[in-house]
Amino acid sequence: MKLVRVLVVTLVVLALACGSAFAGKDLDAVKKKGYIQAGVNGSVFGFSKPDEKGIWKGLDVDTARAVAAGIFGDASKVKFTPLTAQQRFTALQSGEIDILTRNTTRTLSRETQLGLNFVTVNYYDGQGFMVPKKLGIKSAKELDGATVCVLPGTTTEQNAADFFRTHGIKMKPVVIESTSELAKTFFAGRCDVLTSDASQLAGMRAIAPNPKDYVILPERISKEPLAPAVRHGDDQFRDIVDFCVMAMINAEELGITSKNVDEMLKSKNPAIKRFLGVIPGNGKSLGLDEKWAYNIIKQVGNYGEVFERNIGINTPLGLSRGLNALWTDGGLMYSPPFK
Amino acid sequence: MATTNEELPAKIPFWRDEGKRALVFQAVALVLVAAVGYYLFANTQANLQRQSIATGFGFLDHEASFEIGETVIPYSASDSYSRALLVGALNTIKISFIGIVLTLILGTIIGIARLSTNWLVAKIAALYIEVMQNIPVLLQLFFWYAIFYESFPPPRQALTPVPGVFLCNRGLIFAVPAPHPAWSYMGWTFVAVLIVGWFLNRWGRKRQELTGQEFPAGMITIAMAVVLPLLVWLVAGAPTTMDVPVMRGFNFSGGVTVSPEFSALLLGLVLYTAAFVAEIVRAGIQSVGRGQIEAAMAIGLRPAKVLRLVVLPQALRVIIPPLTTQMLNLLKNSSLAIAIGYADFVSVANTTINQTGQAIEGVAMIMLVFLTFSLLTSLFMNWYNKKMALVER
Repeated sequence: MKLVRVLVVTLVVLALACGSAFAGKDLDAVKKKGYIQAGVNGSVFGFSKPDEKGIWKGLDVDTARAVAAGIFGDASKVKFTPLTAQQRFTALQSGEIDILTRNTTRTLSRETQLGLNFVTVNYYDGQGFMVPKKLGIKSAKELDGATVCVLPGTTTEQNAADFFRTHGIKMKPVVIESTSELAKTFFAGRCDVLTSDASQLAGMRAIAPNPKDYVILPERISKEPLAPAVRHGDDQFRDIVDFCVMAMINAEELGITSKNVDEMLKSKNPAIKRFLGVIPGNGKSLGLDEKWAYNIIKQVGNYGEVFERNIGINTPLGLSRGLNALWTDGGLMYSPPFK
Repeated sequence: MATTNEELPAKIPFWRDEGKRALVFQAVALVLVAAVGYYLFANTQANLQRQSIATGFGFLDHEASFEIGETVIPYSASDSYSRALLVGALNTIKISFIGIVLTLILGTIIGIARLSTNWLVAKIAALYIEVMQNIPVLLQLFFWYAIFYESFPPPRQALTPVPGVFLCNRGLIFAVPAPHPAWSYMGWTFVAVLIVGWFLNRWGRKRQELTGQEFPAGMITIAMAVVLPLLVWLVAGAPTTMDVPVMRGFNFSGGVTVSPEFSALLLGLVLYTAAFVAEIVRAGIQSVGRGQIEAAMAIGLRPAKVLRLVVLPQALRVIIPPLTTQMLNLLKNSSLAIAIGYADFVSVANTTINQTGQAIEGVAMIMLVFLTFSLLTSLFMNWYNKKMALVER
């Protein structure tokens, strides 16, 4: 009997010790820690990649910085964890990272089965094909029998297989885990085609030995709304991340940039006044400082600025806004009112 | 038990009885291990449920809907996940089996070369061992893979060293005989010859024990293995049609393709593991006393027989246990395939994990598969070790 009692006590102690790791709120944990741990790709130029000086650059990186600016008033209070496609969900589930800003497609099964919540889309992408120009191919339907380089563990493999099956043509995949190794293999000619999200293709092409020798075919074979994600279980934290991303879009709609944000503080427009916290309320509702949106725009910029700086037409990626333009310009970027 | 014995002092309380005490301790240990195991399992289940992560192996029947680069059995994207995983497991077996056979051959050759009286040969073997042993195997894999895709031409400009054989950055593609029933007949004949040869060998050895006369069972079997299938081929109509690879569209169609991924993985694993096997072989041979060899020669055995009857049986006892470890190493290292795009079990399981999100199940399957393969290998090697062990009479 004594033994049983000892056993029970041991188990209860163990259970308490292990159980407590899951009890804390994410927001409290982040605030206590003093910085946000963000999971990023780490090797996609324009989205998340350290530059030659080791400073993280990219659209996903700036998205995480915006969240840090919103919560701490300081965009630099964020640390980055490069993750492979397989690691990313486990890293978020286990609490190793606080937010996942790693060009991740929002899908029904991920939303429902992985214990995570996606927030506002920060880039509307679609899977495409890149081929060497000298093949003279105009459409992906001409790719019968091609060897296709695929990055594993994304919906990419499935999309490619679906596309080839739909058109009754054959493919031979070569699946390599690391993005940089895959790119090297493709540019050396191991595969006829490289398939991935079009933005990633542009990113890989930008660092190719001869970027001009490759074309991205017109077909977009999938919808890839890339969105940041957080764990289940802390709705307040989810709201904050959601609105930090949307603040950048809203700022662009309102014409507020990192350059003119200080003048905008004197604006008479009530929407701008509410947004920048001149008329208080939004900050309190989210549980943040009233200057949260001001800090995001001042330190990171609005969505248009972030886009043009990292992947826009004047960068090596040379992507046009397309679907990612504001709704007023024919794109999909649309922010709910900040009131 | 002599509990009824009157001469014994009063009955020993059970906590003083060493035998009973040991039993209690074992039971406690067992309960503790089981409790911790159950606790971990239950805790994981509860946490997964709390985070609303689906669990279970139900996904195995769902359509995999991804393609696999190389397959031993027919497979397409419309097959189930379980089929895809089977394809991956077979690919792991393929690379491990071929890898182990080649490693044994290469390792033995280098191990013997290391002991050569020829200074140059011995030094080259030593250099090989030192270099290969001391470079991480993943690095070697990247190196060989880069050589394959960087230095060979694209398929349209493929090298053709011999007609029907093409070498390009899509791999080594060569012609094979077109399907004909004669080929399977020849295969079965060969198997039959091997079985007959085994019995012949047994009979020959028994006869030698009785009469002292030798019977050249080995030579006869080899002769049969060459001649009989040839005869079958002639009788079956001597088919000569070849399935020659032709450049069509993007790639060669027809023939057999050995992909750069498979070649690089095989080359990397074999060259790396062979260095360790060579050292084991050398150690085994050196463990046999010089006196043994001299004694064998003194009773008039020819050098080949000295090696086969005296040196090898004794050396093998030293060689087999560490050799098993190296075979297991090769098997486990084959999971590095994912780094260079060979579709082994880990690679397929990874894709499965990502499409279904069932990480715990997927990783458990990876562990189970490698554990099974490893245990089977060591089971076989232990059996062989016992067979080779010193029989004391």
